[in-house]
Amino acid sequence: MDLRFGDSKPTDEERAAVDALLGPPESAWEAPAGEWVDRSDADLRWARGGRAARDRRDQLLPGLHAINDRVGWISEGALAYLCRRLTVPPAEAYGVATFYSMFSMRPRPSAVLHVCTDLACAGASGGLPDVPGVHVEESPCLGMCERAPAALLVRAGASASATPLAPFRGLAPDPAPRSPEGLEHAEAGQAVPQLGSPDLVLLRRIGTVDPASLDDYRAHGGYAALRRAFALGPAGVIREVTDAGLVGRGGAAFPTGRKWQATAAQPDGPHYLVCNADESEPGTFKDRVVMEGDPYALVESMTIAAYATGAHHGYLYLRGEYPTALARMSHAIEQARARGLLGDDILGQGFSFDIEIRRGAGAYICGEETALFQSIEGYRGEPRSKPPFPVEKGLFGKPTAANNVETLVNVLPILTLGAPAYAAVGTGRSTGPKLFCVSGAVERPGVYELPFGATLGDLLALAGTPNPLRAILLGGAAGGFVRPDELDIPLTFEGTREAGTTLGSGVVMTFDDTLPLPRILLRIAQFFREESCGQCVPCRVGTVRQQEALERIAAREGIAADDDIALLREVGRTMRDASICGLGQTAWNAIESAIDRLGAYAS
Amino acid sequence: MTAVELGIPRRLLEFTIDGESVRAPEGSTILDACRAAGKDVPTLCQGDTLTPKNACRVCVVEVEGSRTLVPACSRKAEPGMEVRTDTERARHSRKVVIELLASSVDLSTTPRIEEWIAEYDAKPDRFGPDAERLGEEPRVDNDLYVRDYDKCILCYKCVDACGDQWQNTFAIAVAGRGFDARIAVEHDAPLTDSACVYCGNCVEVCPTGALSFKSEFDMRAAGTWNEAAQTETTTVCAYCGVGCNLTLHVQDNEIVKVTSPHDNPVTHGNLCIKGRFGYQHVQNRD
Ligand code: SF4
Ligand code: SF4
Ligand code: SF4
Ligand code: FES
Repeated sequence: MDLRFGDSKPTDEERAAVDALLGPPESAWEAPAGEWVDRSDADLRWARGGRAARDRRDQLLPGLHAINDRVGWISEGALAYLCRRLTVPPAEAYGVATFYSMFSMRPRPSAVLHVCTDLACAGASGGLPDVPGVHVEESPCLGMCERAPAALLVRAGASASATPLAPFRGLAPDPAPRSPEGLEHAEAGQAVPQLGSPDLVLLRRIGTVDPASLDDYRAHGGYAALRRAFALGPAGVIREVTDAGLVGRGGAAFPTGRKWQATAAQPDGPHYLVCNADESEPGTFKDRVVMEGDPYALVESMTIAAYATGAHHGYLYLRGEYPTALARMSHAIEQARARGLLGDDILGQGFSFDIEIRRGAGAYICGEETALFQSIEGYRGEPRSKPPFPVEKGLFGKPTAANNVETLVNVLPILTLGAPAYAAVGTGRSTGPKLFCVSGAVERPGVYELPFGATLGDLLALAGTPNPLRAILLGGAAGGFVRPDELDIPLTFEGTREAGTTLGSGVVMTFDDTLPLPRILLRIAQFFREESCGQCVPCRVGTVRQQEALERIAAREGIAADDDIALLREVGRTMRDASICGLGQTAWNAIESAIDRLGAYAS
Repeated sequence: MTAVELGIPRRLLEFTIDGESVRAPEGSTILDACRAAGKDVPTLCQGDTLTPKNACRVCVVEVEGSRTLVPACSRKAEPGMEVRTDTERARHSRKVVIELLASSVDLSTTPRIEEWIAEYDAKPDRFGPDAERLGEEPRVDNDLYVRDYDKCILCYKCVDACGDQWQNTFAIAVAGRGFDARIAVEHDAPLTDSACVYCGNCVEVCPTGALSFKSEFDMRAAGTWNEAAQTETTTVCAYCGVGCNLTLHVQDNEIVKVTSPHDNPVTHGNLCIKGRFGYQHVQNRD
């Protein structure tokens, strides 16, 4: 490589931020431009470079976070210094930094308020506030839909903080940053309207267990599943998960046992485990509630998954917009490590495993598993084309099992109850309990747990249906709308498919008639346009043309809208057929369903 | 029919293209096989010397059993595959992709695009007069080549050529995302402030003329660029001992640009600044 880092220098603060992450520079070659710290004779002959340094490329995203957290934005000098430390070409690092919406390449105030303007919050909020000294930005869904409208206050500085504000009722003059310990643990329970119900399996600890206490977790049955896993052995765990019929809860519904088996069987190594906690589907917040309310459950499930697939290193890729979940998970991982439940020789079983948390930085697309790998590796979060599939070539090109939070925590009841008992819950092809995120115009928004097979009406009866109910969005922005007279749709993968819609990630968002449908559709189109990675033409340009057409017909209906609807269909079909990844392939789903099922734009 | 030159012996895979049985060596792409079978599948982002990025999606074909269409340029052929290149579904996607591209960027210097617009009956104007376009001004910041990103289809070829696939200079990358994504050096600075060593390998691979020789750019602006009047002569570069092949494009007895044959086993079309741009001395007539 022939790298040129330029001669802009970092400020002391920027340098300190990078050094706090990577340690002080080891040689003059790594030092900031024009500065020869402790130049030694060896430096004249020896440079840390080549493979050793390039292997740290995956520290690029943490490094950008470090600078952005400390200073609030990323200057030329700071970027150049980070690149020099990691031997990353500055043009590439710039490409990565500009990919994420939480980073700024221009100076801005140290306080940034991200105000959610997405579906659930759009109805509840009164637009962008004007706060002196605070940079206010529109934000896609912040994952706090049950407490809409939501906002996130991010403050840069030596003690950087991020404070979720939901419901957001304006900014107090100086909201004190809250520490994770200071958070009442009942808070996660507030998102669970069924709290206290004896039928809960996945949510049973949330709101009752102290999320900061490993002992409390154990007192509530924690780590029984891991002991059973060790008793069964890796192949036994996979058999149990397969027999239980567990399928991925992220939307694709792939059998988890098959994925694990395929990963475990790969001769290449090392194997990796990735937990996808980049929950960014508008309307989804269940993974956040699980991580905030029952963090050790995820640590335990990841340990079991790693044991089954032969991984010794796991990554938890967590949305950048979830500061509370980040704090809770970091704390839980530290505690587990301190007590021998992570690290070498877990529970004296000779199995070693550890978890590293990686923070996303504002990019919906990083929830796509291959984009997530790219992001961890320090590249732009652009999906890779498949095949090869992650079980064969995933993170760092190695066999990888990637599962989302909800899928993983299902492994605990599978092992404690046993596969037959677990499989007896739900329907024949959709087994077990399922989490639903109910938001929008309902009386009791929140995360609900129901066995697969309950109907949409059952769920909405629990949550309190609005009157009049205008439409229900199933599966989030990538899902589809259904009508209020379709409440008997069974909430299973096969049942929704038969009804011509999708369960997706388990989003159920209801709309009454206070919000005009064309405005909701426009917001969905805008979301996809802004979150497209830009790699492939059908999605990069198609999402723009889709938004333009919807803008044109916002005020039209009947035959007047026909030409643009025909255009939308043609573009939509191409996005679905020819895009590289699921984002482009689903960007037209909700709009198509609104036209066909709800009769949007019909006179 | 054999799709690519057989090096070391490779297994032949049997599958069908448009119902006809074909054989291709293991490792070949569907595109290799289609071309060998005489099918004309359009491509833009595919490059003969680069790993396909499959970003443009004009080469999509139908593969039996696949939920979505498949990019022929990068999907490896598999035994028993049933490929259909000319279905309504594939043609529809190609047509709309061409329309999407032509409505957002300037394809006036893209070879074969007129032919494909006609072939697929594409109507880029139908997105209306207000359809968003890139709308970039050409960047003329050095004497060797011009970056006119209004013509850029974001095929990633220049990034790959400058990066780990050929030049290893890593001067340029994709920045931003979505419709706002652009090829840029760090902080979107002028090329002269970047790591660029002016090898011109990015210009060599650019499929749309977004990157072009300053000489070509100036002549086009002056209306004197005339490809029909140009002759091409391949010779050996005299600067050093490597022996790279140079193809001199000559118009009116002046060298107007220099390319390099991609099938040359030594250079695969890559040159350095001297071979690519250092031709003035040849035509110094004093
Ligand atoms: S479909 Fe969209 S998000 Fe996915 S790769 Fe293509 S441009 Fe990127
Ligand atoms: S001229 Fe060479 S070094 Fe410069 S950007 Fe192009 S490929 Fe990279
Ligand atoms: S400048 Fe040319 S080679 Fe580079 S991405 Fe754009 S079209 Fe492709
Ligand atoms: S040529 Fe295949 S996707 Fe561009």
